[in-house]
Amino acid sequence: MAKRIDVSGLDVFYGDFKAVEDVSLTVEPRSVTAFIGPSGCGKSTLLRTLNRMHEVLPGGRVIGKVTLDDEDLYGDDVDPVAVRRIVGMVFQRPNPFPTMSIYDNVAAGLRLNGVKKKALLDDVVERSLKQANLWKEVQDRLRKPGSSLSGGQQQRLCIARAVAVEPAVLLMDEPCSALDPISTLAIEDLVQELKERYTIIIVTHNMQQAARVSDRTAFFTIAGAGKPGRLVEIGDTAEVFSRPTEKATEDYITGRFG
Amino acid sequence: MATATIEAPASGPGSVHSSLHRSARSRKARDRLATLVVLLCLLLAMIPLAWILWTVLSRGAGLLGDAHWWTNSQRGITARRVGGGAYHAIVGTLLMALVTAVISVPIALGTAIYLVEYGRGTFARAVTFMVDVLTGIPSIVAALFVYALWVTTFGFQRVAFAVSLALVLLMIPVVVRSTEEMLRLVPRDLREASYALGVPRWKTIVKVVLPTAFSGIVTGIMLGLARVMGETAPLLILGPYTTSINMNIFHGNMAALPTFINQDRNQALQPALDRVWSAALTLIIIVMVLSLAGRAVSRLGSVKK
Amino acid sequence: MSATTAPPPGQPAGDPPASLLSGTGTSRTGDRLFAAATRGSSALVVVLVALTGAFLLWKALPALQKDDVNFLTSRVWQPAGEPPRFGIAALLWTTVLSAAFALLLAVPVSVGVALFLTHYAPRRLARPLAYLVDLLAAVPSIIYGLWGAYVLGPVIAGVDSPPRKALETVLGWVPLFEKTGVARGNVFLASVVLAIMILPIITAISREVFEQVPVANIEAALALGATRWETIRVSVLPFGRPGVISASMLGLGRALGETIAVTIILSQPSSLDRFKLSIFYGGETFASKIANNASEFSTPQKTGAYIAAGLVLFLVTFAVNAVARVFITRRGEV
Repeated sequence: MAKRIDVSGLDVFYGDFKAVEDVSLTVEPRSVTAFIGPSGCGKSTLLRTLNRMHEVLPGGRVIGKVTLDDEDLYGDDVDPVAVRRIVGMVFQRPNPFPTMSIYDNVAAGLRLNGVKKKALLDDVVERSLKQANLWKEVQDRLRKPGSSLSGGQQQRLCIARAVAVEPAVLLMDEPCSALDPISTLAIEDLVQELKERYTIIIVTHNMQQAARVSDRTAFFTIAGAGKPGRLVEIGDTAEVFSRPTEKATEDYITGRFG
Repeated sequence: MATATIEAPASGPGSVHSSLHRSARSRKARDRLATLVVLLCLLLAMIPLAWILWTVLSRGAGLLGDAHWWTNSQRGITARRVGGGAYHAIVGTLLMALVTAVISVPIALGTAIYLVEYGRGTFARAVTFMVDVLTGIPSIVAALFVYALWVTTFGFQRVAFAVSLALVLLMIPVVVRSTEEMLRLVPRDLREASYALGVPRWKTIVKVVLPTAFSGIVTGIMLGLARVMGETAPLLILGPYTTSINMNIFHGNMAALPTFINQDRNQALQPALDRVWSAALTLIIIVMVLSLAGRAVSRLGSVKK
Repeated sequence: MSATTAPPPGQPAGDPPASLLSGTGTSRTGDRLFAAATRGSSALVVVLVALTGAFLLWKALPALQKDDVNFLTSRVWQPAGEPPRFGIAALLWTTVLSAAFALLLAVPVSVGVALFLTHYAPRRLARPLAYLVDLLAAVPSIIYGLWGAYVLGPVIAGVDSPPRKALETVLGWVPLFEKTGVARGNVFLASVVLAIMILPIITAISREVFEQVPVANIEAALALGATRWETIRVSVLPFGRPGVISASMLGLGRALGETIAVTIILSQPSSLDRFKLSIFYGGETFASKIANNASEFSTPQKTGAYIAAGLVLFLVTFAVNAVARVFITRRGEV
């Protein structure tokens, strides 16, 4: 079930380059937290460290601590593959497996875990597609390729794929940036429903979106090119948007910066 | 084993993850097995390379230190006798390659330029297809074609020039492909900048586009040369071997390294066998140096961008 | 056509044209000549390929007309007889068998190597390793022949060599692996050497397609908690399949037409031997048959028989390469 995330004193590096510096924050279970800030401020990078996806890029490493319900994600005997099964991720651009059908896309995670029973798979596929608000649109064409769907549908398919393995946390990296306004709205509604079950962190460029969907907002910024990104403040979304404690946040939110 | 295992409560039938520490053991084992298998594949591919190079080096290095190897022919040397050199064959190989290059490079450059700068429509597609066909044509078929043309139809003798004609068919596609690839990388802006200065199209191509793609063109030529120098089949059909030096590509037999090797490979006598392996080493050195240098040139060229 | 669409030509100083926009005659002509020259060389390439097919057919036809046996189904090869009797059945069998078996050996290893280079090896190591694999392609085929026949052969393909004996013992009941008395000049050895020769081609193309797998596809699998191997199975291999198939076809084309290595390795069983389907039998491929008899092209009739064999080889490799192209184009469209 949904878990609480604690980040303390985290630095993220790519090779010698320090991308994020000294971030500490807490994300409560069953809530939506938005990461906002200008381009290059390290919000996506930080997000990727929460399921150790940054290690896929060359030279990616961290110093500091990330815990999931008090268990260290970077403990010595922790398997990054196992982490990603508990912390799901949705990407900027919808990325269904191009050679798989809609059904197979949703079932992919379970199949990797060795689930073969058809009845069970059928159940999970239906439930996940329903959770992703996609079931009604695709129930008649589950065997069609995932790439036959529209962009917004594909993104909801990817969300269905991520929730099918019952993760504890769902990370969303600008999930609407490649979508039209209607599809964006559908995803935002979906996020509201999903937070009943999961801990959600959403990275976004769109401040209205952050204000609409999130309970808490973390604002990041960067001192200049080549400098690491930093967390400026984190608080209840309403607070951060109406009474930011930092000047930088206020400037950004009111459009004077970034 | 970790003590603080997070048990993910089975909230639904699909809930299968167990902990942060352990993927299902069988999955992990399969992952390790796959890693091992691909590593083994690499080793398996490296074994023949090392083995071949070692064989040729250990058996062929002996004669290469002797100056005679590089300056003398095999004239008057019998299989029983030690001595003589590969000069006649080296000269023949280089000469035939040079003639091949002189004929095929202009054709290949023209074709590549046409395909990139002018080619549209059916004719361009046909040309691309034919270049593909040439890439896949077996060397013996190219040789038979030239035989049918040169010997059967025209009634000429089997001479080095006929070998070069067959090799032209094999070299053209290599140079076309590599040149084409490089020409396509030349940015459009560069061409347009030149047009905007009022430079005519052909001058733009010759003075701006070709120099930018120069390294790729050189790479193509070197790889093409490496390929044709290592070919044996056209020599068997069209270029009879001789132990003497011959510099006339239109008259008489001319030796080449592959036919030198082929001539004596069945010999039981050690002096001849030593020469076979030394000729093999000489050939491998020439071909590998050309193809390594060719790649190096293309890398140097691409670094500049 | 193309010359007329060229941008306005330049105005060399000190050579004032009649109108500023009409351009100088020389650069117009230059454009036209240049375009014509490039089109001419392209046409030459097309003509050369067409001529190859046409000439082989023209020179093969008279001999084929006189052929006293069925050219496609007969195993006899007596082109000097009166009337000549020659058929390609045995040649076709040995050619296809050796190339197919080589492909069977080379494809899995090549895919493994390509996967290692693209998804396992550290970046710093991947490039030099790829370079080494490419070096295999730079070894001249006559050297493969020498090494195969005199060095590798005794180790793997002799009558008493363990790999051969193992295969004969386990699979000997299949005609394809039947025990024979042919020493090391057998199809088995030829196939192993051909496999090594085509490995760098298949690896190079597979590597290229595996590198093109979109990061998004790979991350999709990783984010689901897939292991490296599972990511490859789910994302990399399905994406790369058409490329691997076309790479294999190109490799097959090479193996079918390889001449000197096969000529050196294969021994021709005496005409008294019963013909066997086994890979431990000797024989001749199209290419080795032609190469072995290159010095016997004495009469048009005899030459015609060999040219007919060459024509078949041309058509077979043509077809195989065409299939490869189809897959490559399809890949481009996805």
